[in-house]
Amino acid sequence: MSKEVPKVSIHALDNLWFQVGGTVCNLWCTHCFISCSPDNHAYGFMTLGQVRPYLESSKRLGVKEYYFTGGEPFMNREIVEILAETLAIGPATVLTNGTVFREGDIRRLAEVERSSPYSLEFRVSIDGYSPETNDPVRGEGVFRRAMEGVRLLLRYGFLPIITAARVWDEKEDAFVQKQFVEALRAIGYDRPRLKVLPPLRLGREVARSRGYADDEQVTPEMMAGYDQGHLLCSNSRMVTDRGVHVCPILIDFPEARLGETLEEAMTPYPLRHRACYTCYLYGAICSNAPSLPEP
Amino acid sequence: MDTFNRIAVFGGVYNNYLALEAAVGDARRRGAEALFCLGDLGAFGPHPDRVFPILMDAGVRTMQGNYDHSVGNGLADCQCGYTDPRDNYFAKLSYDYTFARTSNRHKAWMRDLPRSIRIRLGDYRVLMSHGSPRRVNEFLWESATPTHFLEKLCDDFGADILLATHTGLHWHRPLSNDRRFVNVGVIGRPANDGRTNIWYTILTAGGGLDVAFVPLEYDYRSLAAEMRAEGLPQAFIDTVLTGWWTCCLEVLPMKERRRGKY
Repeated sequence: MSKEVPKVSIHALDNLWFQVGGTVCNLWCTHCFISCSPDNHAYGFMTLGQVRPYLESSKRLGVKEYYFTGGEPFMNREIVEILAETLAIGPATVLTNGTVFREGDIRRLAEVERSSPYSLEFRVSIDGYSPETNDPVRGEGVFRRAMEGVRLLLRYGFLPIITAARVWDEKEDAFVQKQFVEALRAIGYDRPRLKVLPPLRLGREVARSRGYADDEQVTPEMMAGYDQGHLLCSNSRMVTDRGVHVCPILIDFPEARLGETLEEAMTPYPLRHRACYTCYLYGAICSNAPSLPEP
Repeated sequence: MDTFNRIAVFGGVYNNYLALEAAVGDARRRGAEALFCLGDLGAFGPHPDRVFPILMDAGVRTMQGNYDHSVGNGLADCQCGYTDPRDNYFAKLSYDYTFARTSNRHKAWMRDLPRSIRIRLGDYRVLMSHGSPRRVNEFLWESATPTHFLEKLCDDFGADILLATHTGLHWHRPLSNDRRFVNVGVIGRPANDGRTNIWYTILTAGGGLDVAFVPLEYDYRSLAAEMRAEGLPQAFIDTVLTGWWTCCLEVLPMKERRRGKY
């Protein structure tokens, strides 16, 4: 196997991510690839003032979609205004655990979304179709609270994308997805949207399942004939309160911070991390694409 | 470069030769000087080979969509850009049907179609693409496409008017300096609005630019009967008969999804 590391150029900055929730989360999920928790302050909340200049420069670069994650974005007091300002210029997606919504915020976001030409997508993380399958990963009582969050979003006219990390055996995919659909229909979501994520063997996930094996690495040979457009680093960047990073997955790696501005961060990036292997296999895992494509 | 003052532009045909016949006649009656088709001739409907004589006889200037690229080059799938298993199941059914029933002569014709078309409409520089000028199967949905992104496409590709299809839904966005983006819709199936008509677009230059989305009735009952006779999925037939999309919905952004029934 070659020791060279393939590099990926960014063709266009289509997707701009913001770590608005930092690494602060009310939950302590056993599979979190950046080990978010109530007391992980490695990255902090981003203020509207910090987000705004990046939104401004994103227009020059022709950004197509905006994504907001954390940590838990709805622990950030400015999240509603950040999303409102984004929806004035483009479509926004917010990744949330759905357990800390305030009804007033959702009502306001519904008003903003109705008056914007752009979609506001909610991606609500739920990893099992029942308390018994979800709560061992996400915490006691979290399934019930997240489903209440989904119900609230439905009440205000949103169609949330339920995002499940595959914490079950691959062979059970069809069964698990069917159970999810039934659980969501049971609370009145008659056309549930579901996205399944492959496990990222970083952070706490290493202890829950395993880390990457030695041969799980992208080599130059593997890039022959491969469409680099599948890789997030060919079309996306991630903004945190500490600068611009190559992608949402790798913020714990200091070398993945590419600069202070978007322009500085438009440099090629080597696929040197083991997590790049997951991205290589499944492609576009961070986008709103609904389900797990075949590797 | 050819210059016109009034053109008609058809999006995906999806084997719907009855709608294509109706659209050609309607566009001529409305005084279109030239007719264009932005590709995706196959999929969804019955009898793929019936589309080509209509396009050729009417002199419709046709470009290559992802479907035509796939069928023409004998690829394994339609490159439609779906990722959901149910969406891909239906996409494969219609691709296999279309591929098996498209003659080699028509496959060769599709293989050689241009991937973009440039004309002048009055003083406007028009660039026609299937998905977008940068990627044949890029989805440009109204609620997921920022204005600044479209401005950049106009700058990057040196065009005043960008025309595209691929999503199946028509929409129009005025841009700075009197530039425009127009998704011309498709004539292959209804626009997920509970109505059975299809849509095409007429653009007219002269003291500015006029963009008219034309709703067009056609014999959808005959189409549905032929689809049934060909054993095509009931889900597709239901779309023709009701105007609601029943599959390939997972790629829709929320606003577009919410407007539909399923």
